[in-house]
Parts: sequence; structure tokens; C-alpha cells
Amino acid sequence: MKLKLETRGQDSTLIAYLSPAIAAALTLICGSLLFMTLGVDPLQALYTFFIMPVNNLDGLTELGVKATPILLCATGLAVCFRANVWNIGAEGQLLMGALIGSWCALELLDAEGIWVLPLVLLAGAAAGAAWAALPALLKTRFHTNEILTTIMFNYIALNILLYAIHGPLKDPAGFNFPESALFSDWQLLPILVDGTRLHLGAAFALLAVVATWTFLAKTFIGFQISVLGRDARSAHYAGFQQHKLTWLALLLCGGLAGLAGVSEVTGPIGQLVPQVSPGYGYAAIIVAFLGRLHPVGILFASLLMALLYMGGEMVQIEMGLPLALTGLFQGMLLFFLLASDVLITHRVRVTRRAPAGSLEPILMSPTQEHLLPDTQPSSAISQEQN
Amino acid sequence: MDIDLITNILFAAIRTGTPLLIVALGELVCEKSGVLNLGQEGMMLMGAVVGFIATHHLGSSMAGFTAAMLAGMAMSLLFGFIVITLNANQCATGLALTIFGLGLSSFVGLGYIGIALEGVAPMAMPLLSDIPLLGTILFSHDPLVYVSWFLAAAVAWFFANSRAGLIVKAVGESPESAQALGLPVIKVRYMAVMFGGAMAGLAGGYLSLVYTPLWADNMSAGRGWIALALVVFASWRVGRAMLGAYLFGLMSIMHLILQGMGVSISANLLATLPYVVTVVVLVLLSKNQATAKLFAPMSLGKPFHGGR
Repeated sequence: MKLKLETRGQDSTLIAYLSPAIAAALTLICGSLLFMTLGVDPLQALYTFFIMPVNNLDGLTELGVKATPILLCATGLAVCFRANVWNIGAEGQLLMGALIGSWCALELLDAEGIWVLPLVLLAGAAAGAAWAALPALLKTRFHTNEILTTIMFNYIALNILLYAIHGPLKDPAGFNFPESALFSDWQLLPILVDGTRLHLGAAFALLAVVATWTFLAKTFIGFQISVLGRDARSAHYAGFQQHKLTWLALLLCGGLAGLAGVSEVTGPIGQLVPQVSPGYGYAAIIVAFLGRLHPVGILFASLLMALLYMGGEMVQIEMGLPLALTGLFQGMLLFFLLASDVLITHRVRVTRRAPAGSLEPILMSPTQEHLLPDTQPSSAISQEQN
Repeated sequence: MDIDLITNILFAAIRTGTPLLIVALGELVCEKSGVLNLGQEGMMLMGAVVGFIATHHLGSSMAGFTAAMLAGMAMSLLFGFIVITLNANQCATGLALTIFGLGLSSFVGLGYIGIALEGVAPMAMPLLSDIPLLGTILFSHDPLVYVSWFLAAAVAWFFANSRAGLIVKAVGESPESAQALGLPVIKVRYMAVMFGGAMAGLAGGYLSLVYTPLWADNMSAGRGWIALALVVFASWRVGRAMLGAYLFGLMSIMHLILQGMGVSISANLLATLPYVVTVVVLVLLSKNQATAKLFAPMSLGKPFHGGR
């Protein structure tokens, strides 16, 4: 008996939708095993991790609070990844949005009026877009690999934020703590549900999902982005302007990530602190893939990711388990997803090992392999792009 | 600037560049076989934490380094299985490896934060370390620095003179042709990926056992990513990787030097220097597409479907 992977003639749409569920299930199974090795009852741990954080109104709204920045970043990232632009820099773009938004808010600390908040939000979104414009410029002008540059810009953004919070933006009356002054009421995002922390940013995130879905599915530019991502050469022959699309994808993602950052500081946090984000920008990468680069899928995936953050905190409080579980679960989820995605283009076949002396080894010799019907180049290309 | 300061700076640059060099060597071999592993950061962190734990319990840094390499290899096998056997996207899987390694290492290392190790004592080379200046800069390091030189020489020799090196290059340039010649493409790629994992683990071990003998979450601080840039910088050549590693090493300690000289710039701003330099170097190198493409292995990052 032998398990063998063989190429499907056609990609399986069913598996494409099922694979996130398979990945989630495998993560749960591995998580249970992990809980058992930690010597805790896996059922109770899973209940504490996944149900307890959201079994009341407070929990549900908090889920929305946590999901908001992830959803904003992941929606932007989906556009980038669809265009085959490997933007890993949502984290840096988010931090820049938070930083410049906070700076703007602190400058306007004494200002009163309804116009203050939109200005602050705009400043944050613009800062995120500007931070994404740098790798866009480097990629289109100098052909620099955007994976490496966006990662570097993440580290640079983090250090600039730390500089600002320890220096010019530090609260003069804050006993030398690395925190900015508290924002005024005119600068805080309105609360959507009284008595909770769910803020207007969540509405922005939902709006972004709808707008992005319309943009990708219903406009010509959205179509161009999909073509560019699937086959850059076809896009070139069709006369689509690749550089313009790259710019667009990065600016859009940067703007959304910047908005996520500024919504965090003007929403649940209320001031600029060194830990604006517990890795939301990186988690959003997982969310984008888990949601199949589709805005609606991303909506559900971001809720799951937010639950992972809350569950990690909950098991720490309730059961004394380490907070690092969140990161571990995130990594496992993405791994299992990538592994089960293989079933989109391949299927598993159980074959019996050929008896000694059979003709099969000769038939399978490498020189003749191109004659076999199941190694179609078309499916090879499609997998390269996904 | 007096001569002692310059000596000390160069000594520190080599020390700081060593983990970068080790990771870059591993990734260089891996990329030569056509596999792009973006998970260096995750493998380094696992190497760092496992090496630290092994040394703490077994009391021997030799055991620590072995454990670190094994941990890196185990992580790379996971990566290899997904990208080589299951043919998944290499960029996404590499990212997954980094995120997973970050989470797993901070989970595993939970009980070990705040414990300090003895570290590894420097080992002055007999005779050579007595040379004025050069002896101090080059020959009074900890053993791992010499090991990294040996590894660099070995990798350079491997690609220049050995048949196996030629096979790895053939697999990286055109896996289809290599398979047509009867070369075991899948096996070669697995071995290259595992070598990369072992090196990343070793570099992680260097961080947690020698460089700063303690464990802290995310202690590699982007070194894995800088090493990836370094391989591009070196245009896949060992000599330039070495030069680049020490150059980046120098940039990473620049904030200490400048502060020592009394320059009053925020430490946080100076800490961006290695990352800024990485971006600048990448831009300078990729500006000219023709030469940049010339050195990269042809099949880098592309899945190979010939095996089935």
C-alpha cells in the first residue's frame, strides 16, 4: 500500500472552500493534543479558549474590537496578494498610521469640533499609504523584491514609533512613562454599543469589506488585478499597466492598514503606547490566505483570528496557560491550510506497491514521463500562482 | 579615533556578523537548489530556544549547538515536506514557518526567560592571536567564529570543486533537465533545505549561547530576514556573503559606536540603521535587472512537478 499524490485534471472548487475548515479542524486536534501534554483537560481548555471569550455580549463586542484591525489589514493584503504583490508590511503600515494619527491628534489636543476626528483618521490612513508607497516605488522603479523591503520597513516603523514615544510624543506630565497624553473626547471614535468598547472602526472595517468586494468583483481594475496575479505575462499582453496596479494595490493596503492603526489609538487604546499592535499585521497575512483572498472569507477568518487572540488571553487568566499559545495556533493554522491546499490541485490515490519485476518502473522512467496524461503543464501553472 | 577603538569595532563587527554569515550560508545552499525558504527567522528562533534549553539542562554548549542544529533541521523538514512533497507556494510556507517558529519558540522557552548561561569563552588561536591588531581582530574570537569560516570555505569549495555541488546547482537551474539526467531532484532539494535548517539553527544557537547568553522572545530581531537580503547582496557567492555579513554586523553595532563617541541621536533611530542599509543595498543591487537575474538560480521559488 502506498499513498500517492496525483494531479487533478481540474482544480477542485469544493476543496478550495473546504480547506480552511480542514485546517481549522486539524489545528483543533493538534491543540487538544497539546493541551493534553500540558496536563489539562482538552475539552475544558478548548471551551475556555473558543467559547468562553464570546459567550456574552461583552465578549462578542470585544471580538469585534479585536477583529477590526485584522480585518482592515487583511482586506488590503488580499488585494495585494491577488495582484501577486507580496506585501508583508501591513504591520509597519499599521504602526505608521497609529504614529502619524497620534501625532496629528496631539497637535490638535485643544481643538474642539466634529472635524477633528476625521482629520486624525485621514492623517493615519495617509501615513499608512505613504509607508506602503516606499516599497511600491522601490518595486516599480528599481525592481526591488517587495517581501524583503516591506519586512525591513516593518522594523524601521517599529523603531521610529519607539523613538517617538520615548521622545517627542511622550506625555510631559506622564511621569516619564513611554506613553503619549490621553486623547480628547473629540478625537476618540464613537462607541457603537453602549457600555462596551466596540467602536466606529468596526463599521469602517465592514465598509472596507463591501467596498473591496465591489472593487474586485465588479470593476475593470479589479479584474486587471486578478489577471495580473494569475499570469503577469497575460496581463502584459493585454496591455494592463502592471506598475499602476502594483501602486494601487500597495496604496490601498497601506491606507487600510494605516486606518487600522489610527483606529486602534483613537478607539480602544485612547493614546499612543509602544504596544499598539500584538502582531495584527502579521496575523492579517494568515487571515488573507485563510479567507481565500476573498473579502467575505476574510471577514470570517478575521473573527476566528480575533478569537485566537482572546482565547489565548482567556486560557492565561482562567487556567494559567501561556499566552504564547496564540502564536502557536496561528502558525499551525497557516501550515495546515497550506498543506491541505495541495488537495485543490492534487488528489490522494492509494496504490498497491508494484510487485518486483513488473513493468511499472520502466513506464515511469523520467524520459517518458511527459507522455503521461496526468502531468499537465496547465495545472502546474495554476498552482504556481495560487 | 584611536587604534584600540578601531580594533574593538572591527572585532565586534565580526562577532555580530557571524550569525548572519551562518544563516546566509545555509540559505545560499538552499536557494542554489532552487528552494526559497523565507522561514529563516522561525528556524533561528527554534535553534536559539532549543539550544538554550539543552545547554541549561545538559551543561554543555556542545550539546546545545547540536540540539540547536537538530531543531533547525526539524523545522526545515516541515517546510520541505510542504513545499517539496506537497508543492505548496514557497513564499507563503516560508512565512508560515516564521510565524509558527515565533509562536512555538516563545511557547517552549517560557520557563527559561531571565536565566543566564555562562556563555562560551573566547578561544585565542595560538601564535596567530599574537599578531598585533589582526590577531585581536581576527583570531581571539569564540570557536563559532572559526567554525563559520570553516563552513564558508567548505561551501565555497563545495560549489567550485565538487560533483555534488554541481548537482545542487543543476537542480536549482533546471530541475527538469536535472531529472532527465537521472539526478534525484527531490532528494537534493530536501538535503539542501535541511542544510539550511541546520545552519539557521546553529546561528540561533550562537545568539542564545554565545552572543547574548540568555533566551528572550523574538531575540533574532529580524536577522533571518537580513540574512535573506544578504544572499541577494552576495549574488549567491560565498566570498561576498562573508563581506556582506561583516558589513551588516558593523551597521548593527553602529548605534553603540556612535553613542560611545558621544553623538546624541536616539538609540531607537540608530537601531533602524541595519534595516535601512539592507533596503539601500537591495535597491542598488536590483536596479540593474540584467545582472541581478544573471546570478539568481533559474528555478528559484518555483515548485517542481516532475516527481510525479
